[in-house]
Amino acid sequence: MLIDTSATTLVTLDDGTKILPPNVIITSLDKVINWSRLSSIWPTTFGLACCAIEMMAAGAAHYDFDRFGIIFRGSPRQSDCIIVAGTVTKKMASVIRRVYDQVPEPRYVVAMGSCACSGGVFRTYSVVQGCDAFLPVDVFIPGCPPRPEALMEGMIKLQEKIRKEQARWSLWR
Amino acid sequence: MAVILERIEYSPYKKLEPLEIAEKIKEKFPLEAVDVISFRDQVSVIVKRDQIVPICKYLHDDPHLSLDHLQDLTAVDYSGKKDVRFEVVYNLYSIRHRHMIRLKAQVPESDPRINTVTSVWVGANWHERECFDMFGIVFNGHPDLRRILMPEDWEGHPLRKDYPLKGPEKEWSGYVQVVELAKKLKEFEWAG
Repeated sequence: MLIDTSATTLVTLDDGTKILPPNVIITSLDKVINWSRLSSIWPTTFGLACCAIEMMAAGAAHYDFDRFGIIFRGSPRQSDCIIVAGTVTKKMASVIRRVYDQVPEPRYVVAMGSCACSGGVFRTYSVVQGCDAFLPVDVFIPGCPPRPEALMEGMIKLQEKIRKEQARWSLWR
Repeated sequence: MAVILERIEYSPYKKLEPLEIAEKIKEKFPLEAVDVISFRDQVSVIVKRDQIVPICKYLHDDPHLSLDHLQDLTAVDYSGKKDVRFEVVYNLYSIRHRHMIRLKAQVPESDPRINTVTSVWVGANWHERECFDMFGIVFNGHPDLRRILMPEDWEGHPLRKDYPLKGPEKEWSGYVQVVELAKKLKEFEWAG
C-alpha cells in the first residue's frame, strides 16, 4: 500500500497498523516484537551427516542466509533455534537433547532431511525413527538431502509461525 | 658397498604378483594355508587361525614381502554359506614394494577367538575393537578390547547375520532414558 508521506492524517493499513506521518506508528507490541524475532533467528548448527553440507551451502555466499537474519551460532546458549541436520542415532539422541535443553526460551526445532524427519532409509537398530520422538519439532524439511532452497523455505515457514505467535516472548506466557 | 646393493635389491621395483605372495605363504606355512582364491587379480589366502600371528609377522618382516601397511582388518559372517562361520580379513599392502595380498583367517562360531595382531601392526588395535563390537570375535591378548562404536551396555553384535535388523525387542536403556526425559519436560513447553 502506497503511503502519502506528505499527509498529516492517520493512515490505517490492512493489518490494523496505524501510521501518523511522518514518523509515528501505532501497532501492537506482539507485532513489533515478533517481527524483530523472526528477522533474527540464530540457529545452533547440529550437523550430523550430509545434510550439514547443504546447511553450510545455505549459509554461504550463494544462498546467503544472513539476509534473513539467520546467523549460525556455535553455542546453544546464544541461539533461538536448533537445526537437526542428518541421521540421528540412538547414541547421539542424548547429546541433541542436552544441546536443545540449553537453548533459552523461546526456542524452535527444525528437522532437516528425511533421516531427521523419519529415519529415512535407515530403518535399523541404531537409528532414531524421527527426532520428534524426543524433541518438539516445529518444521519438518524432507529431502535427501534437501536443497538449500528447501531449507530456506523451511526457515520462512518458521518465520511465518513466529509471526502468528501471541506473547510467547513475554514473562506471562 | 654390500649394504647399498642390498638396498637396491629391496627397492620399490621388486613388486611381486599376488599369486607369488600366496605361493610364498604356502611354502612357509604348508599346514596353515587352506585355500587360495583369485578373483579379478585380487588374491585371498584362507588360513587357519592358530598361527595367524607368526604368519602376519613373517609377511611384515620378510624383506621381499615387507607388507608393512595393514590397510584394513574386518570380518565376514558366512552364516549358512560356509562350514566355518566367520572369517577375519586382513588387507595388507607393502609401501616399499607396492604389492598387496588379502589374508582370511577362519574363526568357528563355537569358539569365536583369534590372537591379536597388534604386536605386528599397532594400528590393528581399533580395527580389532570394531570387529569385536560388530561380530563378537574375541581377540586374545588385545590390550584394550572394549566396544568402539556401540554403547558399552549394548546387547548383541549387530553385523552378525542372525541379529535382527531393527534391533532387539528390548530398547537400549540409554535411548529409553532420553525419551522419558523428553516426556517429563514436555509440560514446560510452550503450548501455543
